[in-house]
Amino acid sequence: MNVRAQMSMVFHLDKCIGCHTCSLACKNIWTDRPGTEYMWWNNVETKPGTGYPTRYEDQEQYRGGWELKQGTLKLRLGSRPSELVNISFNPRLPTLDDYYEPWTYRYGDLINAPQGDDQPVARPVSMITGRDMEIEAGPNWDDDLSGSEIYAANDPNLQKLSEEERRDFFGLQQLVFFYLPRICNHCLNPSCVAACPSGAIYKRGEDGIVLVSQEKCQGWRMCVSGCPYKKVYFNWSTGKAEKCILCYPRLESGQAPACFHTCPGRIRYLGMVLYDADRIHAAASRPDAELVEAQRELLLDPHDPEVLREARAAGIDDKVLEACQHSPVYQYVKVWKLALPLHPEWRTLPMLFYVPPLLPVLATMSNNSYELSSDFFPSLESIRIPMSFLASMFTAGDEETIVKVYRKLMAGRLCLRAETVGDVPPEQVARALADAETTHEELQAIYRLTALATAEERYVIPTFLREEAIEATGDPQLFQEAAGAGFLRWPERGL
Amino acid sequence: MLIPNIDIFWFVALPYLDLALAIGGGIYRYYRHRFTYSSLSSQLLENRKLFWGSVSWHYGITLILLAHLLAALFPGAAAWALGGPIRLMVLEFTGMALALYALVGLLILIGRRWRTFSLPRATTSYMDGFLLFFLLLQVVTGLGLSLFNRWGSLWYLKTAVPWFWSLARLHPDASTVAFLPGFVQVHFVVGFIVILLFPFSRLVHLVKFPLPYLWRPYQVVMWHRPRPAAGTNRSRA
Repeated sequence: MNVRAQMSMVFHLDKCIGCHTCSLACKNIWTDRPGTEYMWWNNVETKPGTGYPTRYEDQEQYRGGWELKQGTLKLRLGSRPSELVNISFNPRLPTLDDYYEPWTYRYGDLINAPQGDDQPVARPVSMITGRDMEIEAGPNWDDDLSGSEIYAANDPNLQKLSEEERRDFFGLQQLVFFYLPRICNHCLNPSCVAACPSGAIYKRGEDGIVLVSQEKCQGWRMCVSGCPYKKVYFNWSTGKAEKCILCYPRLESGQAPACFHTCPGRIRYLGMVLYDADRIHAAASRPDAELVEAQRELLLDPHDPEVLREARAAGIDDKVLEACQHSPVYQYVKVWKLALPLHPEWRTLPMLFYVPPLLPVLATMSNNSYELSSDFFPSLESIRIPMSFLASMFTAGDEETIVKVYRKLMAGRLCLRAETVGDVPPEQVARALADAETTHEELQAIYRLTALATAEERYVIPTFLREEAIEATGDPQLFQEAAGAGFLRWPERGL
Repeated sequence: MLIPNIDIFWFVALPYLDLALAIGGGIYRYYRHRFTYSSLSSQLLENRKLFWGSVSWHYGITLILLAHLLAALFPGAAAWALGGPIRLMVLEFTGMALALYALVGLLILIGRRWRTFSLPRATTSYMDGFLLFFLLLQVVTGLGLSLFNRWGSLWYLKTAVPWFWSLARLHPDASTVAFLPGFVQVHFVVGFIVILLFPFSRLVHLVKFPLPYLWRPYQVVMWHRPRPAAGTNRSRA
């Protein structure tokens, strides 16, 4: 056993209101520099939708992540020699058209325009060339299903749906959407790291945060195509790859990352989990239908004395182990089995998990859709998103796993309704509990952490002990003139 | 044979000077400005023209450069390879085709940066323009001399190669190249100017070709705290 600790995340999609506060907090801190304008280390997508960059989920096009070939795990991007052959031109790189050309407005014209008959306007100018431009796309162009005939209809997850399901899904009365906030998953088997020819991307051993060494990065761009989530971006000004750093400077001083901290819906949970690094490869090589379970098995019980002994032997501090024991992520993923990874079939073992959305209750369910209302959910309530769509997103197409999650979510709703309103017959609650294989106590605990948890319970951040590690190895004088640790020079290319 | 002073400058002083600058400058930049030690890709900004330009240029010029280098390193083997008329023809025409391939690629690359409104123009520096100019000059003179001074692959072994070896042995002797046509001499001089530009331009990416990728482990893990198992401060797992 090779125990390692990993900082991991749970996003509760039922609570996401799609306000983009997380995206803006991130942008204001990290990506307001030249070359990073188009980057959204944190973004919120409307589902169904094509996401950012457009259709990033279509790995036939972008070749991100891993695939099983004759039982062995291979980078979908190609072999190592083929990557070197393609090094002068990366055939799988999304271009600015797949994102958008960043722009600002010439606001000065509003004040400085000479007097005339027309209202002065602020023209859009490109933030790359500085010239006038036509705006063709922007961040969240498809927010809240705007232009859904183009965007929502092209969601790659819809391929798994039958013709009838798709028609129902898009029926005007039944059109439904939910939000999907995404940051870097800080995967256990990251394909961006594996695809980097320079070895510039690395995973921090202590907390599993995936970072790009800006000095080692040569700008070959293979990580951008290698990451199936397209969460590595290319800075066109410095020629380096950049990505979400999980606000590690904030984490190291005990604060939650900016996107977590600002979330008004309190959908985000952050916690350490322990896993066995020796089993990563085996877990990532399991058949599609077993991937979610494989990832759950990979997580170790932080209360098990055997695990604790191995963890201490591997140098994991007691403070970190204590944080693992209070981790909300461990509860959601392993104990309650409610949170699922996004697209496990890409086999990167993402460490950001989602509690899928139960969505508002629909009272008028017509008979041409899923027969959810009668026997699947023992209630008046029903769900408007086809299970196959959710399975395509969260369980590699395995509907059984996602149905189990929904049974438990639904049982929780019924149970709480019976307690607070009292209009649900007890036998119906009992049946729901039995179907979901859960108990009153468990549902109460889920309810507590979902609805009532304080910030300290949602973000369990151990001390990172960096004060010892840094001062023992580095010269503090080196950074005396800089504000904090980091670049001593402005990151400019010059020549 | 008496060699004019001006030729001593071009064919003895300049090569030494710019090799010293290229190596010294390359090392200096690597240790003091490592952040800039790469080529600034513009593929994100423009994709389609880059495909035709970059692929043609890189494959064409790499193979041609390799032919120059190998022939200079192993002149005996090169002479044997060029020994028969058919082999000579085949190799010469292959070389010309590759040069043409590289030239077309280079022209596309120049074109996509030239257009004032193009996105790549925004990330083009003066040094990029300078470098592109000399590269173009080098490819054009090379292609020109292979067309107008026939069987260059053969007389290359008898003129430039001995000169290179004399420079390498620190016993400079420019007599074999001093009386070549001016057109050919321009090709030599521009070649050394391109080498001179190496530490001052994006050419540095040449030495960062990531060959170690072929054998390094897929996953890279870095530790801040000492690992009890590995016993080193920073280990790769």
